[in-house]
Amino acid sequence: MQLSRDDLLRAYRQMRLIREFEDRVHLEFATGDIPGFVHLYAGEEASAVGVCLHLTDRDSIASTHRGHGHCIAKDCDPVAMMKEIYGRRDGLCGGKGGSMHIADLSKGMMGANGIVGGGPPLICGAALAAKTLGTGGVAVAFVGDGGSNQGTTFEAMNLATVWKLPAIFVFENNGYAEATSSKYSVSCKDIVERAQAFGMPGVQVDGHDFFAVWEAAREAIDRARSGGGPTLIEVKLNRYYGHFEGDAQTYRAPGEVDAVRAQRDSLDLFRNRVTEAGLLDGAQLDAIDAEIRQAIDRAVADAKAAPVPGSADLLTDVYVSY
Amino acid sequence: MSRKSFRQAINEALAQEMRRDPRVILMGEDVSGGSGSPGQQDAWGGPLGVTKGLYSEFGPTRVLDTPITESAFIGAAAGAAASGLRPVAELMFVDFMGVCFDQIFNQAAKFRYMFGGKAVTPLTIRTMYGAGFRAAAQHSQCLYPLFTHIPGLKCVIPSSPYEAKGLLIQAIRDDDPVIFFEHKVLYDMEEEVPDEPYTIPFGEANLVREGEDVTIVAIGRMVQMAKAAAETLAKEGIDCTIIDPRTTSPLDLDTILESVEETGRLVVVDEASPRCNMATDISAQVADQAFGALKAPIKMVSPPHVPVPFSAALEDLYIPDAGKVAAAVRAVMGAPDRREAAE
Repeated sequence: MQLSRDDLLRAYRQMRLIREFEDRVHLEFATGDIPGFVHLYAGEEASAVGVCLHLTDRDSIASTHRGHGHCIAKDCDPVAMMKEIYGRRDGLCGGKGGSMHIADLSKGMMGANGIVGGGPPLICGAALAAKTLGTGGVAVAFVGDGGSNQGTTFEAMNLATVWKLPAIFVFENNGYAEATSSKYSVSCKDIVERAQAFGMPGVQVDGHDFFAVWEAAREAIDRARSGGGPTLIEVKLNRYYGHFEGDAQTYRAPGEVDAVRAQRDSLDLFRNRVTEAGLLDGAQLDAIDAEIRQAIDRAVADAKAAPVPGSADLLTDVYVSY
Repeated sequence: MSRKSFRQAINEALAQEMRRDPRVILMGEDVSGGSGSPGQQDAWGGPLGVTKGLYSEFGPTRVLDTPITESAFIGAAAGAAASGLRPVAELMFVDFMGVCFDQIFNQAAKFRYMFGGKAVTPLTIRTMYGAGFRAAAQHSQCLYPLFTHIPGLKCVIPSSPYEAKGLLIQAIRDDDPVIFFEHKVLYDMEEEVPDEPYTIPFGEANLVREGEDVTIVAIGRMVQMAKAAAETLAKEGIDCTIIDPRTTSPLDLDTILESVEETGRLVVVDEASPRCNMATDISAQVADQAFGALKAPIKMVSPPHVPVPFSAALEDLYIPDAGKVAAAVRAVMGAPDRREAAE
């Protein structure tokens, strides 16, 4: 299967939307207007988009602390997302979740997660539901290199193979769990080696290369949809900002991020590849960039102007019935 | 209507709900027993025989044996509940919550609120609790206060076979995550139980017995201890009300307060460890809202603040029994009426 021109435009648009959204949240957070903890996905766009381009609303994903990119790639409304991050009443979760719990189940986005390794067991359940109900859906757990070491993740990979679930475990290895290097914290050389231990195929890809992620995800998702069980994908990438906003990143090498931005930026690589191959032209992509900048301007303005929740909202939504 | 054990009542509730709704599935360690093994499957029905026959009737897509990986399957049950199924997961002993609590209290319990009211998580976790089997410190605890503490969870603690069937069917039909506590000593208790499906609503206490002298609130198996104590006390001329809250979340505090307004005396019997348990919680709420009605200090009957011991001699000392309940009632009856003394 080849990527159509529409697919390429959609992929670029989503990657650019994630980048612009995160760059803007970075700037706005620094003004003090955004409350709480925020973990940004800039630099990792090719992973979320390369995987989620294969998915529709019947498919589920679970995310990490760093969830904005997965939300956008799974077609959540960026304006409602921005409002949620500002804690507004008509945010994606009514202002009750915030950045770390941002979710939209109607889109199959089962939530960013404040617990490292919280998502993989949930994804086994979503995959089991898809299998039992015969929806043809698959479920994808996005996990960081930190989450790759959690027992919940090991248990979920084991169960996914035992039950032959339509599940995919995508390990986004950005090299750091907070400040601790994955070279220190991961017991094997590469996370992908763990696939064999859990009886599933594994593949490692360059997470700056949208096309490599897309191809690996296609194979894994096709296998899951056709009853072939789970797959592990390790995506090697870099995050452009700190673990959280406000992180001084003293643990990183000087110039580390600048070098990646200059030489291996996923959006630049995508643009060069599609324009050199004559698939899309630069003016089209420039137009998308301008359009998205305006959309994010509007999203931030809307979010700032949106009403905050009131005291009546405090006590609702704890139970369906009580 | 026929005589059924607590075990049979639960089995019947599961079977009837699985026949009614194809979205109801079971998962847990040895719920069928024998998956992948060379001998018979479903000959055992799990460590307590509660799920026997369900695999044979509903097959491997509805009754799933799990590896011993509570985080994975309790979390999978939560994820499946949020994705269109109505799973009933069996956490064999509640003591094992230590290896899967995150999936219960940080994930399932919070989906609805965190996601702005858009999530529905119809999950039932059945789990065994309680002392009396000489099962020692890691297989005997009453950890329902920990779950009652968490907004978003409902906690159900049936005291008899009739209660178990009606409350379990209600739990499976409920759209919120429910933790359903089964006392291991009650599994062989028998009483008359309707053959047809029925539900008992959550948050409505059962007035087990009415008397004018003292209100006894008892949780789970302790309802049976309170009934035995009340029989003894009746012969001494002390007339007890017994209230079984049935669910600790939601808690029917109104029924307790109304009764205390009438009797003026309260004894709370709880098998859970004595600090921050249901006895302290109910006592505090009654003191907060009905202090003026009390003729005597509230008495709490709970085990000592120690792990559950193994030796039969020690475990028998540990468990609150009918004698301890009766002694507490005599103590509140013997206390001078605090209100008269103040006048």
